[in-house]
Amino acid sequence: MTAPDSVVSPVGETPSAPGPVSPTGVAHRGGPANPSAEAMRVRWPAAVRRVDVVWGETSVVIDPAMLVDIVRWLHDDPEQRYDYLVDVTAVEFRDAQVPLEIVWHLRSLPHRRFLRLKVALVPGSLLEVDSVWSIYRSADWLERECYDMFGIRFRGHPDLRRILMWEQYREGHPLRKDFPLRGRFSRSEQLRQALAANPEAKYSMDELSIADAYEDLPSEMRQRLRAGEATGE
Amino acid sequence: MADTRTVDVSLSTSGMDANGRVVRTPLVVDASGAPVAVAAPPSLESDLDGEHMLLNLGPQHPATHGVLRLVLELDGETVVRCIPHIGYLHCGFEKIGEYRQYNQIIPWTDREDYLNSIGNNVAFALGAERLFGIEITERCTVLRVIAAELSRIASHLVWVGTTCIDIGAFTPFLWAFQERENIYNLLEGWVGARLTTSATRVGGMAADLPDGWVDGLRAFLANFPKTVDEVDRMLTTNAIWVGRTIGLGVLTGAEATNYGLSGPLLRASGVAYDVRKDFPYLGYETYDFDIPVGTNGDVYDRFLVRMEELRQSVRILEQAIARLPDGPLNVDDARVILPPKGKATSEMESMIHHFKQVMEGPRPPLGEAYVAVESPKGEKGYYLVSDGTPKPVRFRIRPPSFVNLSAIPRMVEGHLLSDVIAINASIDIVMGEIDR
Amino acid sequence: MGLSVSYQPQSQEGWITTKLDFLVNWGRANSLWPMPFGTACCAIEFMATAASRFDLARFGMERMSYSPRQADVLICAGRVPFKLAPVIRRIWLQMPQPKWCISMGACASSGGMFDNYAVVQGIDTIIPVDVYVPGCPPRPEGLLYGIRMLQAKVMRERMADTAAREEMEPDPTSHLYIPPPAIDELSEPFGNSVQQTRSGL
Repeated sequence: MTAPDSVVSPVGETPSAPGPVSPTGVAHRGGPANPSAEAMRVRWPAAVRRVDVVWGETSVVIDPAMLVDIVRWLHDDPEQRYDYLVDVTAVEFRDAQVPLEIVWHLRSLPHRRFLRLKVALVPGSLLEVDSVWSIYRSADWLERECYDMFGIRFRGHPDLRRILMWEQYREGHPLRKDFPLRGRFSRSEQLRQALAANPEAKYSMDELSIADAYEDLPSEMRQRLRAGEATGE
Repeated sequence: MADTRTVDVSLSTSGMDANGRVVRTPLVVDASGAPVAVAAPPSLESDLDGEHMLLNLGPQHPATHGVLRLVLELDGETVVRCIPHIGYLHCGFEKIGEYRQYNQIIPWTDREDYLNSIGNNVAFALGAERLFGIEITERCTVLRVIAAELSRIASHLVWVGTTCIDIGAFTPFLWAFQERENIYNLLEGWVGARLTTSATRVGGMAADLPDGWVDGLRAFLANFPKTVDEVDRMLTTNAIWVGRTIGLGVLTGAEATNYGLSGPLLRASGVAYDVRKDFPYLGYETYDFDIPVGTNGDVYDRFLVRMEELRQSVRILEQAIARLPDGPLNVDDARVILPPKGKATSEMESMIHHFKQVMEGPRPPLGEAYVAVESPKGEKGYYLVSDGTPKPVRFRIRPPSFVNLSAIPRMVEGHLLSDVIAINASIDIVMGEIDR
Repeated sequence: MGLSVSYQPQSQEGWITTKLDFLVNWGRANSLWPMPFGTACCAIEFMATAASRFDLARFGMERMSYSPRQADVLICAGRVPFKLAPVIRRIWLQMPQPKWCISMGACASSGGMFDNYAVVQGIDTIIPVDVYVPGCPPRPEGLLYGIRMLQAKVMRERMADTAAREEMEPDPTSHLYIPPPAIDELSEPFGNSVQQTRSGL
């Protein structure tokens, strides 16, 4: 039996820099902020709208227009090195006056930091924001899910399709607060729509184009493929 | 540190020389780049100028680990492109979390990553306690570590068993599930359920350990390493196993980080990121354990990493048993912890607390919290946003398998169809968590 | 004695047909090949039932058939969302007669705890079910009890009675095999979930 492959001890524990500890006694508000927040204020003074420290986590609300630049700087700058995108999600509040927030969770693995970036979309405005797919590949599916559940479009995403619901799902975007828990249609209607899916529609147009039988596809479908359509229906 | 690793492989059925002596074949694996001495990976250019074929794998398939659908573009047997389709198990967890009080959400956390039920319970309770600003007791902290590590062992056992079946070995599945039965006995004795445990509550646990439970755990820990050794002997130097897993699905550390991978998948690619070490919780920094890190980022490395994690979990459990303190289990906070039944039916104040907690639910202050734990699949996080009401405004589950699976198109490019199954198995996905 | 009673023996069949029935049913019941349509947690308990401790092989069911063409009993283990509904419908239609269905777990039987937009409220709205096994997830003993119930049901079948082996006929346009009001009634929330959504936020 060979020895397991390079079992290593945890990184980062040197006598001068003790390793991280489990948080205790975390204050509700007003704790120490992530140093990146201050660095962001210095580098992007116009774009940083607010910095909050809630339960020990720093949230920075930024101007959506500068999103990609800020995120790229956070990724590339050697002092920040946020090389890990944990999550992209959105929060819609029950009070319709409070703006819908899109939230990015970032980690810097070398510096062991956690940062939350937020963009607040004013109610009534277009649900659109730039995609960070060009910086983090993990944004691919995370942003697709955000689109599916909230209807938020991510500009620059290579393939923004529904991911959890089927692509021809007509009831809406489930995690919005105006979407009822049990859906908008009756149960029999939901079942009818689910069972009635056209078999071709289970493949994206992109996938159908690589089939052996491309020549056998109806000419109307081939035309739609040439025109660059993504989904089957 | 050596860059190459020689794996001594014993061929079980052939490999005897003319005199009947067993010939041991060394497989040399180069860690820096070109992987394999067994076979060169197939090229992506189509040979014989053929057309590509579209193959649909799933959603109902024995080897996709759940209802996953992979659409493969094949050139002969070689995968040119893979397009995964998920959502066949989407059950609206996040939506329903907005309609349930915090303690009522705990049974849902069992069902999303159902192989790591009690670990998910722990993760969610930590998130909710951060949101409430509650500090749990010493005893509860250690019990949660025990729960999380038992859960890690159980999940890795399922992984070993099902991956073996996918690759063709049936027996380790039975060994793994027999060990899982032992863990089920322990969990059933503690919380009453085998699989969907709902073991934690905000501020504590659902139940304390029964008498003799710790002895049962000690007996399990005494026997379990023998099973791990048995599986090790069966697989680690087995020519078939090595031949089917080495050099597959290689991802470099930088790629893996950019894809947001976590857990054994990331660590096998050489990135030593483990939430227990880098952003610790439940006092993990006070336990003495190592995290295994691979070098090649292939399927074989992921297997080695998970096998070693089983041994490290045993180590943590032994330390946890040794330091388990007596004392109160639940925090002494009447707003979140139900009073004992005797008091709730006789004392007015306790009755009012009971009523408010059950009918309305405890209200956290305004705020939000993201707490991540190291689940067996990777970084599992719960992001809870509170608007002061008993039900969260947003119940977000950060699913490690979801992000891990998004790297599969990159991992299977250029491999054979049978390799797709092995690579898919090595990611260790749980569709319940991916689709929620 | 003005009372006239019309008596029809239960079976007009002879001794041979009853013995043949017994033989055929005995063969079918004790070698059911399951089609494990495992989606979620119940699938893990199904795997545990098939493993060494509870051992489905005692009942002749260790040969899992992942191809519906070779399967006898569809064991739907786990929750079925609407996206998966056409899949289970197609799998059921691909299974040849004689076929049976076990709905394992609360989610497959009634939607379980998932009373929301995404989950089918019981697979009996999509395919006909023979045995429901409650539990979340059912213990392996529970699943074995359900399998024994199915075996008893199979033993009671008679070749002369063709109703049991009739293929379901879904409506060609709506694809539903029971009328929509029946589906809505079956899917109505009951029990605690009713109070949940009426108690405010």
